Amino acid sequence: MRSATGESPRQERSLEKQVNTTTVLDRLFYWLTVAFAIAVVAILLWIGFQIGSTALPAIRTYGIQFLTTTTWDPVRNIYGALPQIYGTLVTSAIALIIAVPVGVGVAVFLSENFLPNQIRTPIALAIELIAAIPSVVIGLWGIYILIPFLLPFYRFLYENFSWIPLFSTPPRGNSLLTLGIVLAVMILPTIIAISRGSLVALPRDLRQGAMAMGATRWETIIRVLIPAAFSGIVGSIMLALGRAMGETMAAAMLVGNSNQITPSLIAPGATIASLIASQFGEAGRSQVAALLYSGLILLILTFIVNVLAEIIIQKFQNVE
Amino acid sequence: MAGAQDQMDASGRLDLTRSARSPFRNVFGIIMTVLTAGFTILTIVPLVAIVYDVARQGLSRLSLDSFTQLPPPPGLEEGGFGNAIVGSLIVLGIAAAISVPIGVLASVYLSEFGRGTKIAYGVKFATNVLAGVPAILCGLFAYSLVVVFTGGFSAFAGGVALSVVMLPIVVRATEEGLLLVPQEVRQAAIGLGATRFQTVMRVVIPAALPSIATAVTLAVARAGGEAAPLLFTALNNNFWSTDLWQPIATLPVLIYFYAIIPFKAQQEIAWAAALVLLAIILIVSISSRLLTRQKIY
Repeated sequence: MRSATGESPRQERSLEKQVNTTTVLDRLFYWLTVAFAIAVVAILLWIGFQIGSTALPAIRTYGIQFLTTTTWDPVRNIYGALPQIYGTLVTSAIALIIAVPVGVGVAVFLSENFLPNQIRTPIALAIELIAAIPSVVIGLWGIYILIPFLLPFYRFLYENFSWIPLFSTPPRGNSLLTLGIVLAVMILPTIIAISRGSLVALPRDLRQGAMAMGATRWETIIRVLIPAAFSGIVGSIMLALGRAMGETMAAAMLVGNSNQITPSLIAPGATIASLIASQFGEAGRSQVAALLYSGLILLILTFIVNVLAEIIIQKFQNVE
Repeated sequence: MAGAQDQMDASGRLDLTRSARSPFRNVFGIIMTVLTAGFTILTIVPLVAIVYDVARQGLSRLSLDSFTQLPPPPGLEEGGFGNAIVGSLIVLGIAAAISVPIGVLASVYLSEFGRGTKIAYGVKFATNVLAGVPAILCGLFAYSLVVVFTGGFSAFAGGVALSVVMLPIVVRATEEGLLLVPQEVRQAAIGLGATRFQTVMRVVIPAALPSIATAVTLAVARAGGEAAPLLFTALNNNFWSTDLWQPIATLPVLIYFYAIIPFKAQQEIAWAAALVLLAIILIVSISSRLLTRQKIY
């Protein structure tokens, strides 16, 4: 920066010096923020790299068979994670089957003017608070309150419907179904918050247009509003799925940690996350590698689901 | 939708006294309204049930000793979880010390310098994906990074694991806070000759400070309830410890271990600890949400 005015040379130099330090500081600060912003991306990649490289010995030893075999034997060092992958998918599916209709229904109910605002806001806050409850507290509650409450229903299902494979084993409190129900409660806030947001953000013209055509309120909702907000709703479901698959403490405390594949939902099972949480403490060297391998599988599953969710939601925001 | 045909009377004139809506369409609407209202009540029930049961079970055991005593060995009755409270604070302090500077500076870039750039888009995308990474994998990351490297479980490793959990929350919430500062304030600062550094440090951040503080508190509350990342990083400790390089007890891990062992006294301590943890987290969550409603300028 050159001063064009006719000030004395001495003053000009000191001003230039001052400007220089300020500019340098400004540049430094700018690059510092850039570096830390990129650090966030780097940390994400680093997690994948770190878990992948620590799991490498197990990947070399067990290869693709790890995904298709069912033995988990630390004594003989034979590891296969199929029951855990199966349990992860089944419990997430149960959670989605319960939470999607309920969650979308609640999102619709809270985005319409059925209730005055003074009641709607506290309800929305209460639903957000469910997401804030630590999962270990939900697990504790599940063990001592929810399971004793659910067991009579499981017994009823077993006694009357045991011809259906889903209820074909003697009922156990710690089971895939229990975890699925608890996961549904835990992912509901995600589905409701994002679906409601995308419903509220729709242009008013859509509603007015449908009403002008003679549609009732619910015809408007089902034929116009939900299709228009569909990508936001699907995105919220994908995010919820990612959360359900990765949930650890509730899974470790409620699923029963049993290494088996059974069609029965009232039998104990395991998920990838519950396997890691329950086995890591006593694991020797090669078992740790196997556990990290299963962690890598979980990372890849949740990564795919989350990236898809983000792409869907971003697309929705651009349209809007 | 009913056609106009059935509303014509014999002479071909439109009968406006009859509703165009068939009874089915009205009934369908009523059923859907009742159904979704029922779903809404159903969604609130677990929250009420959990808060009620934790309060009922926890209050019966909670006393001053809970905050000052060590947990009892199996078989004994008297004790508390004072060491786990101290441990949680230490681990959360480490996590905040790592994640807050990174998170705040990253969000300064997102809201002040990089708005609309490809880098900012990528960083936001990565932040959202990072928020979706299961907490237990943050634990595995810290395990293979810190525990393997330093050769043992430690409070520091737990702090690293929780910092990864906190980072995306800090970035997103801080960015939201910074975006709430009106553009005119920045323009005024630049107009007075301030550099970007001066604008951010002396104008934007002070204005957004309440929301940044809320963001950090929310992130700490969220991380404070996480047990999964600590299971094989900070592990647990039955005694008082403030050593960063030794295993340390934390509230969530203590609740987990005491929930799954068959001793009545320990289970009661787990309930009392759950009450303390839940109360802190709910109070922080509610108050921070009420605070963010207020305008900053």
